[in-house]
Amino acid sequence: MIVSVWEWLVDPASWSGPGGILAQSLAHLRYSFIALLVAALVAVPVGLWVGHTGRGRWLAVNIAGAFRAIPSLGVLFVAVLLLLPRLRGELAFELPALIVLVLLAVPPILSGTYAGVQATDPAARDAARGMGMTGAQVLRQVEVPGAMPLIMSGLRAAMLQIIGTATIAAVVGMGGLGRFLIDGQASRDYAQMAGGALVVAALALAVDQALALVQRALVSPGLSTASAR
Amino acid sequence: MIRFESVTKRYADGTVAVDGLDLEVPGGGITVLVGPSGCGKTTSLRMINRMVEPSSGRILIHDRDVADRPPAQLRRSIGYVIQHAGLFPHRTVLANVMTVPRLLGWDRGRARAAAMESLEKVGLTADQARRYPTQLSGGQQQRVGVARALASGPEVVLMDEPFSAVDPIVRAELQDEVRRLQRELGITVVLVTHDIDEALSLGDMVAVMRQGGHLAQFAHPAELLAEPADDFVATFVGRDRGYRALGFVDVAVTPSPVLTARLGESVPAGTGWVLAVDEVGAPIGWADATGWGGPLTDSRLHRLGTLAPAGASARTLLDAVLSSPSRRGVVVEDGRVVGTVGADEVLRALGTLR
Ligand SMILES: Nc1ncnc2c1ncn2[C@@H]1O[C@H](COP(=O)(O)OP(=O)(O)OP(=O)(O)O)[C@@H](O)[C@H]1O
Ligand SMILES: [Mg+2]
Repeated sequence: MIVSVWEWLVDPASWSGPGGILAQSLAHLRYSFIALLVAALVAVPVGLWVGHTGRGRWLAVNIAGAFRAIPSLGVLFVAVLLLLPRLRGELAFELPALIVLVLLAVPPILSGTYAGVQATDPAARDAARGMGMTGAQVLRQVEVPGAMPLIMSGLRAAMLQIIGTATIAAVVGMGGLGRFLIDGQASRDYAQMAGGALVVAALALAVDQALALVQRALVSPGLSTASAR
Repeated sequence: MIRFESVTKRYADGTVAVDGLDLEVPGGGITVLVGPSGCGKTTSLRMINRMVEPSSGRILIHDRDVADRPPAQLRRSIGYVIQHAGLFPHRTVLANVMTVPRLLGWDRGRARAAAMESLEKVGLTADQARRYPTQLSGGQQQRVGVARALASGPEVVLMDEPFSAVDPIVRAELQDEVRRLQRELGITVVLVTHDIDEALSLGDMVAVMRQGGHLAQFAHPAELLAEPADDFVATFVGRDRGYRALGFVDVAVTPSPVLTARLGESVPAGTGWVLAVDEVGAPIGWADATGWGGPLTDSRLHRLGTLAPAGASARTLLDAVLSSPSRRGVVVEDGRVVGTVGADEVLRALGTLR
């Protein structure tokens, strides 16, 4: 079994071509980054607003909780059923998959952003206002940089979930690494299934490491515990 | 210069934090607001830079109502120092101090130069300027807070319990620093504390407030000690206010000459107390040559008492006497021994005062 998985992984034929590992990895990454971007565009501003104003806290916490409880596959099928008559071509399948991934990614990003802003030292916030910063300046110059570690953790947690879950796009016929799982199961090619799962895990780790580098560049050294004594 | 005109602050929950406050803070000096916890000191202070809006009455700086200026613009012109410094952890010390100059629209170079100068004034080095706040001690962070408030050269600086979170030694250093900076820059400092000793030692004028935001007395520290307006003020300034008032009393006492000796010099037995000095005449210890004589050595020395600079107050002189093993207080000028005084001389001089 292990040997056959290995053979599948090192076989150049599994990597090349339109249905190969490389092409499917790229498709997988494409969904994942689009989903992350859309989720961030929604969740970060809302998280910042809730954290900065202290308003809507109850709503944010509960929405995040409710989103977490949503079953991914269920949403996927409902979305396909609803959108299929209204959309044409690939989009009718791609959009439902993206909706699922975005719904999944919103809670960790929202709560990370909100918690990061919320955790701003009250003395720093008071000093910022007392020195003559406007509300927007306090947000941009004090709260966002201070919240950056938690915003980034939220994004990374969301991305791990997205990459893992993006395999379900294959269920409705889309590309991505999920193809190996679905097709492998259909043709009882267990080496391909296990190999595909390994590639998903490796991709998730690689992307997480890349985001860790982004985090290091975005987070001030003054905030990392390593510099504290 | 800063005038409170029947200022009242009633918070949304009905708490009256400040009630009909009338106060004229003189320009160019340190005015301290002092009083028990919850008496409305912070509220009063924060109404000056509109961090809190008065419910009624008005506050004028240079005869100009603060309510006429947009809050952000007003605050950029007023220094603001708070208890826990409130430094921005993600910015270097230098960038923290550049904050207000940058808000005022100064270019980077000018803001940086002003910040460096301000850091130097509070005794921080270029190396420390490059660090992040968490890499500094609490006392150093508080210095950065002061530097940040002074960077753009404001005329008025507000300080809310700036030294209450640091240890007594650092606190004394910071107090000296603030007094020195105030004199040097001629700024107007309004400082809040609940520590009456800090108020008396730092304030040119002291406003004692009582619960409910009432002004109990506004006076020079010496007057506060000598003539408390009522029982509340008398109790608040403390039981030993008579002794503490001596800190503001100048007495005419001429120090008498004292027998000094350098280490290694021979001292005859029966000389009594001898003051050991170094090459330049700075005191280093007392030696008791009553039942002993011979060359003066380190091991013979008793610790010095506190030293009184020439022209010191009666309190400092008395403390020098009482802390000295020889019961003679050492008076110094520029670090060198001028002579000594005894308790009887100080008390006699006090007796001749009114
Ligand atoms: N935002 C607020 N809302 C309601 N009440 C407040 C608010 N801020 C202060 N108070 C109340 O107003 C009164 C005065 O508060 P203030 O902070 O001015 O006192 P303080 O003299 O600075 O006290 P402390 O020495 O403890 O700092 C207190 O009774 C306090 O509880
Ligand atoms: Mg206070």
